[in-house]
Amino acid sequence: MCLGIPGEVVEFLPDQADLARVDVSGVRRVINIGLLADDRPEPGEWVLIHVGFALSKIDESEAAAALQFLEGIGQAYADELAALAESRIE
Amino acid sequence: MSDRRASWVDEALREHEEHAAAGAVSDREQQVLDRIDRARRRRPRIREERITMSHGAGGKASRTLTEAVFLDAFRNPLLEPLEDAALLQVNGSRLALTTDSYVVSPLFFPGGNIGDLAVNGTVNDLSVAGATPLYLSAGFVLEEGLPVADLTAIVASMQAAAAAAGVQVVTGDTKVVERGKADGCYINTAGVGVVEHDLALGAATARPGDAVIVSGPVGDHGVTIMLARGELDIEADLSSDTAPMNGMIAGLLAAVPGVRAMRDATRGGVATILNEVAVAAGVGVMVEEDQIPVRTQVRGAAELLGIDPMYVACEGRLVAIVDGQQSDLAVAALRADPLGEQAAVIGRVTADQPGIVLLKTAFGGTRIVDLLVGDPLPRIC
Amino acid sequence: MRFVDEFRSAEKARALAARITELCEPGRQYKLMEVCGGHTHTIYKHGLEDYLPEAITLVHGPGCPVCVIPMGRVDDAIHLASQPDTIMTSFGDMMRVPGSHGSFFDAKANGTDIRMVYSPLDSLKIARQNPGKRVVFMAIGFETTTPSTAMTVLRAKAEGLENFSVFCNHVTIIPAIKAILDSPDLRLDGFIGPGHVSTVIGCRPYEFIAAGYGKPVVVAGFEPLDILQSIYMLMRQLSEGRSEVENQYTRVVPWDGNLAALTAINQVMELRPYFEWRGLGFITHSAMRLRDGFRAFDAEALFEVPGVRVADPKACQCGEVLKGVLKPWECKVFGTACTPETPIGTCMVSPEGACAAYYNYGRMNRHRVVEVEVSRP
Repeated sequence: MCLGIPGEVVEFLPDQADLARVDVSGVRRVINIGLLADDRPEPGEWVLIHVGFALSKIDESEAAAALQFLEGIGQAYADELAALAESRIE
Repeated sequence: MSDRRASWVDEALREHEEHAAAGAVSDREQQVLDRIDRARRRRPRIREERITMSHGAGGKASRTLTEAVFLDAFRNPLLEPLEDAALLQVNGSRLALTTDSYVVSPLFFPGGNIGDLAVNGTVNDLSVAGATPLYLSAGFVLEEGLPVADLTAIVASMQAAAAAAGVQVVTGDTKVVERGKADGCYINTAGVGVVEHDLALGAATARPGDAVIVSGPVGDHGVTIMLARGELDIEADLSSDTAPMNGMIAGLLAAVPGVRAMRDATRGGVATILNEVAVAAGVGVMVEEDQIPVRTQVRGAAELLGIDPMYVACEGRLVAIVDGQQSDLAVAALRADPLGEQAAVIGRVTADQPGIVLLKTAFGGTRIVDLLVGDPLPRIC
Repeated sequence: MRFVDEFRSAEKARALAARITELCEPGRQYKLMEVCGGHTHTIYKHGLEDYLPEAITLVHGPGCPVCVIPMGRVDDAIHLASQPDTIMTSFGDMMRVPGSHGSFFDAKANGTDIRMVYSPLDSLKIARQNPGKRVVFMAIGFETTTPSTAMTVLRAKAEGLENFSVFCNHVTIIPAIKAILDSPDLRLDGFIGPGHVSTVIGCRPYEFIAAGYGKPVVVAGFEPLDILQSIYMLMRQLSEGRSEVENQYTRVVPWDGNLAALTAINQVMELRPYFEWRGLGFITHSAMRLRDGFRAFDAEALFEVPGVRVADPKACQCGEVLKGVLKPWECKVFGTACTPETPIGTCMVSPEGACAAYYNYGRMNRHRVVEVEVSRP
């Protein structure tokens, strides 16, 4: 029920302001983008899809920032493990 | 709640009280898990009063129906193994006999039609039992109003599939029912094959250390059918994987003496087969999520629909349990056939937690893979 | 899959797990509640608990909209479906929920026309294609799904459809969280906040939890790394003695929510004075119904519904599981009389129910599979 999937907007449907075709791993689905009327997603942008509606745009810069944070934590941890391993050898 | 149901509940409550009084608190969770294990192993009983779609899905409900109604009535040693085909001794020859009914909707879909399924499915059930498929029967139940052109096309496909598999349709039957029944066309095929080797194949022979191998990407057929129904506005470039596997299987058996068992992954998908093996052999099975081949589009469609490709039907994929030492040999033998291009080892048979299938997720955690009750994709084969 | 796979990395999980473990004060136990059923599902599906130290226990909350539907409402829905010339449409999650005399699935086996849909828009399509039938949509869900139902009703109105209506069972998340906070049985340290509900309502509605009850809240995404990172953020708050609302799911959740969605909901629906929640009893202003202006699309206004209040079966302890007071395996009938095949309660039947998640995914000897090295300063 909370199932939300990220999909990429491919195109709008002619004559249907509320509908757009999205792509999820090569699978295409027509969804309703009426809930994003204030900030219509453009082809190439990503949205969160839930029961046939786009609920929110996926902010790519925030996603990148999130990944960077995780990357950072991952790297710091890897460095610590390396340091730990070295200190044991001595 | 019915009286029958109420008495099961009372029984469960009594058991709970007994165990609560007996055991140490720290072990409580494990005790509950043990109690559940025992409950699951008890003789299955049909609790419903009417047949529901779940009974046809290939999951728990189907299993209960088979055991509580059919096995209970027909019980005999040849039926008991409940493998894809029955192995018979007739005048010194080992024969395999199988049957399947096909009720797929729609009749025509990307990659084939009900006729292809009807021939390939039965050829495959014979092949995974280790038999060389020889002869098929074909029984048709036709709906009044079905276009003859559709029937002709279906039958033409069946002939082509039979020729490709090297089998012949040697007998059949036709019935017609009123408009509104049979949804166009239902087909039943039965098949007979001969076993020309000494191997004792069967899920019950699986043992710890064996490798679990799948012959290619899973979920193609089921997802294709779901999308072909046209009820969801989903388009994808997918087709059914229906194909006869007898050639690939002959190659596998010739190259690999340590094949323990093979199963045709249809209704219920790979997950169902793994559970059947775990229970039949009293072993554990551990598979790795990131080793299971799934086409990108199948994955995308499955995520969109909220279903798990492990439970989705295939129609041209097998799961093989093979002696662990020969797993590389087996994968190579499968890959030598075009149908087995993406064959891969997806896990191992273990001695831990017998009867249970575990999955190591791509994330690194572990979870159980149980049988589903019903099926998210009704009427797919 | 983009925006999915990157958030499932085992490597990064290990690192986060190490940080989380470091933040645990020696000798202290932590209880964190994930409110949303979708989070419960993810946690079990990916084996996320294998990464957590013994000191942290995840408590499963009531954010499963199917789980909180009382049996009487299921009976009402089946009654509606059983009327002549009626097609009932519903999400798959509802199909096996037991009412007093069986589920949607059982009713279907008895000849009732009940069809599974993936979107309320599919239901609208069925209505267009069957002008001679009354099509009813079983609307369930928290605020994540409510806007979609609202938009569908608006669409039906715009098209002048006369044979489409909605049986509205939408509920709101804040009253459920408040019921948990006010429950004397539970001592929680923090909340993993619902991710998709927050795309609609934003993060502000949770401020009362941090300010009024002093518990930290982190709004979390649904990939396993999202949840693990949210737990890390909660532990950081706890170790620093803070209690604030933070947003981990920034790529999807806007702090102020989705105005268009809230507007649509407000246009079509209003809060019911009270509504019965399975296990939690009657809660005021916790559920939605259609406004008068949309009577033509309100199944309860158009048709007679028995509206009988049905108590849960005596043996059912869903209420306590929903409140997080009982773990699934502590329920007296868990796994024996109540299984996914033969469910007594909703927690075992909904894909997001805690009992279903534990039974289907987590019913195993748990040992910390991931050994995490931690360097203490």
